[in-house]
Amino acid sequence: MRPAGGAGRGRRELRTGLLWTAPWWLGFLFFLAVPMGMSLYISFCDYPLLQPPVFIGTANYAALAGDPVFGKVLVNTLVFAALAIPLGTVLAILLAVLLNQNLPGQGLFRTCLFVPTVVPLVGAALVWLWLLNPEYGLINAALRPLAPLASGANELIAALGGGRRLSWLSELAAGPQWLSSPHWAMAALVLISLWGVGSAVVIYLAGLQEIPVDLYEAAMLDGASAARRFWHVTLPGLSPVILFNVITGLIGTWQIFALPYVLMRGEQGPGRSTYFYTMYLFDNAFRYLKMGYASAMAWIQLLIMLLLTGLVFWVGRRTVHYRGG
Amino acid sequence: MAGEGGQSEPRATSAPRRRLAGDGTRRARGNGSAGGLPRSPRCLPPRARLRTVVRVTLTYALLIGVSAVYVLPLVGMVSATFKTPQELKRVPPTLLPDGLRQWPPQLDLRAYGRLFQSVTGPVDGRGREPMPGPPAFDYPLYARNTLLILVLSLAGVLVSNAIAAYGFARVPFRGRNALFAVCLATMMIPFPVIMVPSYILFKHLGWIGTLAPLWVPAWFGSAFNIFLLRQFFLGIPKELEESAMLDGCSRWGCFWRIMLPLSRPALAVVALFHCLAVWNDLVGPLIYLTHQDQFTLALGLQFLQSKAGDTPWNQLMAAATLVVLPVLVLFLLAQRTFVRGIATTGIKG
Repeated sequence: MRPAGGAGRGRRELRTGLLWTAPWWLGFLFFLAVPMGMSLYISFCDYPLLQPPVFIGTANYAALAGDPVFGKVLVNTLVFAALAIPLGTVLAILLAVLLNQNLPGQGLFRTCLFVPTVVPLVGAALVWLWLLNPEYGLINAALRPLAPLASGANELIAALGGGRRLSWLSELAAGPQWLSSPHWAMAALVLISLWGVGSAVVIYLAGLQEIPVDLYEAAMLDGASAARRFWHVTLPGLSPVILFNVITGLIGTWQIFALPYVLMRGEQGPGRSTYFYTMYLFDNAFRYLKMGYASAMAWIQLLIMLLLTGLVFWVGRRTVHYRGG
Repeated sequence: MAGEGGQSEPRATSAPRRRLAGDGTRRARGNGSAGGLPRSPRCLPPRARLRTVVRVTLTYALLIGVSAVYVLPLVGMVSATFKTPQELKRVPPTLLPDGLRQWPPQLDLRAYGRLFQSVTGPVDGRGREPMPGPPAFDYPLYARNTLLILVLSLAGVLVSNAIAAYGFARVPFRGRNALFAVCLATMMIPFPVIMVPSYILFKHLGWIGTLAPLWVPAWFGSAFNIFLLRQFFLGIPKELEESAMLDGCSRWGCFWRIMLPLSRPALAVVALFHCLAVWNDLVGPLIYLTHQDQFTLALGLQFLQSKAGDTPWNQLMAAATLVVLPVLVLFLLAQRTFVRGIATTGIKG
């Protein structure tokens, strides 16, 4: 075969391949690569949207480093992730194990747990706004029996600690003000995120069913208790799925926006306690029209996410158990 | 008797489960999960049988309790729409509205009616009739906008992703793997990062204040969908296409007449998730839409909530119900497709 003919065929194949994949790479160039390049440039500019961008070097990044609100949203986002991801993971695994028992009627229970995850976020936010109403919401009605317990604990703390009471405990005793309390607004958001744990449960369920039955049978022959089987067979078997869920959870919590935005009516929450990274980015861009500043925030977010994902992978390589690998 | 459940599972639960796992053989042996129940408790000594009964009872109690907690907010939402504002302020709250707790039961639909009524402006001092304005929550208009975006984008999502996925799965060319790696890497880029430059881009195109930014990009593939469809295409035997090509079928013919019809389950997953994403999307409409005439349901609901000071809870819940209910119906109709999609891709609904 002549080399020229081979090259011609390669070129023809390349043309065919590029033609087929065109829907993707055209979109990639037009809606992703170009905007991201623009964004990188704008992050070094002062760009109030109505006037053309002016190059100001790294001033945006320097300003971010000294911006107390930026620090606050960073901490808030990390706190939310540190609460919502571990709690959600533990709850999802426990629920998946519960739903994986061989019992009739499990289909119905699965549906019940999964339904909240398809509810539009705005609708869910509205429902929770009502549930969390301090005076006549369902949540505080359910918490009312706990009030004596909370005030008792607080009195005990006061007696031990020289009359100092914990303000969040006093609030719990009186029925938390939830979304208008700086102590409880974050807890409310975590609570709502736990309501949407169903899609993770489905993924864990699929993971549970990938664990070979033989392993359980062998463990049972060795006399391992249910708790030990869970710890030594179920958890290692699930670990790749847990890693996957933690990564998607990290990516998701960094983007948390719609829920607090609707709950707080676009404001920053009590004492800025529910003001998150993406909300501040959004406000900078579309409320204060500081496009350069917002772009700098976006690039820092991308770097943080890459870093966190890398970290999770690195930790995972050392602890995650891949079958047959 | 309870223990027999271990063997005779109702079809409703076993069918999707088998699909999830992909191979029926291992599953057929029953799944010995963490707390796996012994298969035939009747052969066991009485103490062990008692333990099984206790465990099954406890498991059911937990399952019922947890399910109730998860469904309660939605039941409460629907129930609230049939209550009066006074009823909603009652402590402790009741699950059922008063109308349903009497005989004969009555449904109070006034909250829905008020929602659709036009808002009347303030009466001015000269005793003139108040001007009727648009309803506080213009459901038909918002639903029409949402459905318009849905229809315009859904066609694009299906066509563009299927074509690109076929290219990555079946058309051999140099650099294909590298290109696909880039495609997968774009999944990592979160929306907030491109939020600002996309806005600037669409502003230059003059698309701000139109529906275009919400459906035009759908005509270009997205990494998740391409990945999902490519995986599915790879699972279809190559021989089908090879024999068709021997018979003179073109590549396009193979794609159109063989691959697409065979990929209906995967396309259904893509379509379903897209419908859900469009219906639920708040950020996109919030950024790109400027006029109330173009609002989608999610944005309309958010708008109603943001100025909710004067809207009573039963009307807010009625609006929420009208937005949420179609999604729930769609979910219940297509539950298997949903669960399969989540289990195979890990996309969260």
